[in-house]
Amino acid sequence: MSEALVTLDNLTVKRGGRAVLSGIHGCFERGSMTAIMGANGAGKSTLLKSVMGLLPSAQGRVIRTPHDLDIAYLPQQAAIDHSFPVSVGEVVAMGAWQRVGGFGALKQREWRRQVAEALARVGFDDISKRSIGALSTGQFQRVLFARLLLQNAEMVLLDEPFAGVDAATTRDLLALVCEWHQQGRTIVAVLHDINQVVRHFPATLLLAGRQIAWGNSEEVLSTEHLQQALGMSGSAEQSEGSRL
Amino acid sequence: MIDWLDQTLWMPFTDFGFMRRALIAGFALSISAGPVGVLLLLRRMSLMGDALSHAVLPGAAIGYLVAGLSLWAMGIGGLVAGLLVAMMAGFTSRRSRLREDASFAGFYLISLAGGVMIVSLRGSSIDLLHVLFGTILAIDANTLYLIAGISSVTLLVLAVIYRPLVMECFDPEFLRTVKGRGGWAHHAFLLLVVLNLIAGFQSLGTLMAVGMMMLPALVARLWTSALGSMMLLSVLVGCAASLIGLVVSFNAGVASGPAIVLSAGAFYLISLVISPGGLLGRQHR
Ligand SMILES: Nc1ncnc2c1ncn2[C@@H]1O[C@H](COP(=O)(O)OP(=O)(O)OP(=O)(O)O)[C@@H](O)[C@H]1O
Ligand SMILES: [Mg+2]
Repeated sequence: MSEALVTLDNLTVKRGGRAVLSGIHGCFERGSMTAIMGANGAGKSTLLKSVMGLLPSAQGRVIRTPHDLDIAYLPQQAAIDHSFPVSVGEVVAMGAWQRVGGFGALKQREWRRQVAEALARVGFDDISKRSIGALSTGQFQRVLFARLLLQNAEMVLLDEPFAGVDAATTRDLLALVCEWHQQGRTIVAVLHDINQVVRHFPATLLLAGRQIAWGNSEEVLSTEHLQQALGMSGSAEQSEGSRL
Repeated sequence: MIDWLDQTLWMPFTDFGFMRRALIAGFALSISAGPVGVLLLLRRMSLMGDALSHAVLPGAAIGYLVAGLSLWAMGIGGLVAGLLVAMMAGFTSRRSRLREDASFAGFYLISLAGGVMIVSLRGSSIDLLHVLFGTILAIDANTLYLIAGISSVTLLVLAVIYRPLVMECFDPEFLRTVKGRGGWAHHAFLLLVVLNLIAGFQSLGTLMAVGMMMLPALVARLWTSALGSMMLLSVLVGCAASLIGLVVSFNAGVASGPAIVLSAGAFYLISLVISPGGLLGRQHR
């Protein structure tokens, strides 16, 4: 019935010679919306990078169907130099790379319209001429979401998209993510807020270097599982209902 | 007053062919070295230009030993040596613990010492001075063609690889995730850097050439924050420095290469104080 877009087949990933993620087994189905949770260092970012093909697997495989599946990826901390002389509009327009490539022509008016539209969707007036150095962290995150909009990908991976972002911006961007889900896109997001996950994400993958549980969010986020994810300290009570 | 201006500014160029050629060489160099310098700066590779300019030395020295003061021999020798060092530095930084700047430093230091030793094998200290500091006042028509050729090729290639190059520089991770390849653009760009250093060392010498690449770029960075205008401004600063440097060198009887680079340096120091991005500006805070 449902179709697996990305299958993790007993995936193990090593970083710095150490297995930081092992035995991950399961799949992201088309149209699913999955949260990835776990303590710091649990391997959440590593998992997203493996799905993107940015890290090799030490054992097992990542199977993407179709092979050239279109995936957009928002890294945890984009290694972007904010003093770089580019404008907001140029950053957003980068989202069109896959359609246009390094040399293809963009019709000025057409891409201006698309950029302005994407900026409007993330709650900006047309600020495409402004330089990115003039943006706050939250504003810049909105701009990166506008770039994701232009990418128009079937599957979207978000690594802690709301870290350092205020409540209003989080609400707007989360609404956008839910809208993508309704359009039938497949969403995978690394998050720390358990309430947010339970409310908006039907599925959760809980990690602690290995896979603790993967499935229905409410079942996955049981006290027992959370205790395992946090280590043996039994401090799940403290974190319950708040942050992991 | 007018007379004096005429004598100092105009006469050197109307009366002496070598001054005219030097000026045109300086302009041609500025037109391409400026934008290349701007991109080096944005890639945080400002010192890489310096390293590469030293790396060119042993190749140029071998060319000089084999064929004397031959434009082509020294140019091709320098090109090969520069590319070799760039490639080895890139390769070792991918395969070892060293970052690119560190492995660059290792190779260019070897290159520099090797180059000086090669020159000392047969040449005199005058030869060494020539290789190190160039002879912009002895530029003949062939050298001019070479410099103008390199300058044109640079602008053309930059125009073609502009988008991937800037993207690769700004957000390489994004480029990888959209399956764009930035690696070749980076290599093409390093080739342009070496080519411009070759063009520069024919006129200014290996040690001075990088000054014409980086100083105008720094000035431009201080004044503007849009990529296009940065490149344009770097070209204008380079041209102005060439003109001022040559005039000063002619009238004061000092070496032309350092005079040109020092003129660019004066622009830099002044900008450092009064520009929007400088010490008195507030934009960077
Ligand atoms: N570049 C690297 N080289 C070596 N080890 C790394 C590297 N990046 C991460 N690691 C290790 O891999 C493990 C998982 O890292 P990862 O970034 O995937 O964690 P995370 O779950 O995303 O944590 P956080 O919540 O802090 O973002 C960590 O133990 C970390 O020490
Ligand atoms: Mg992470």
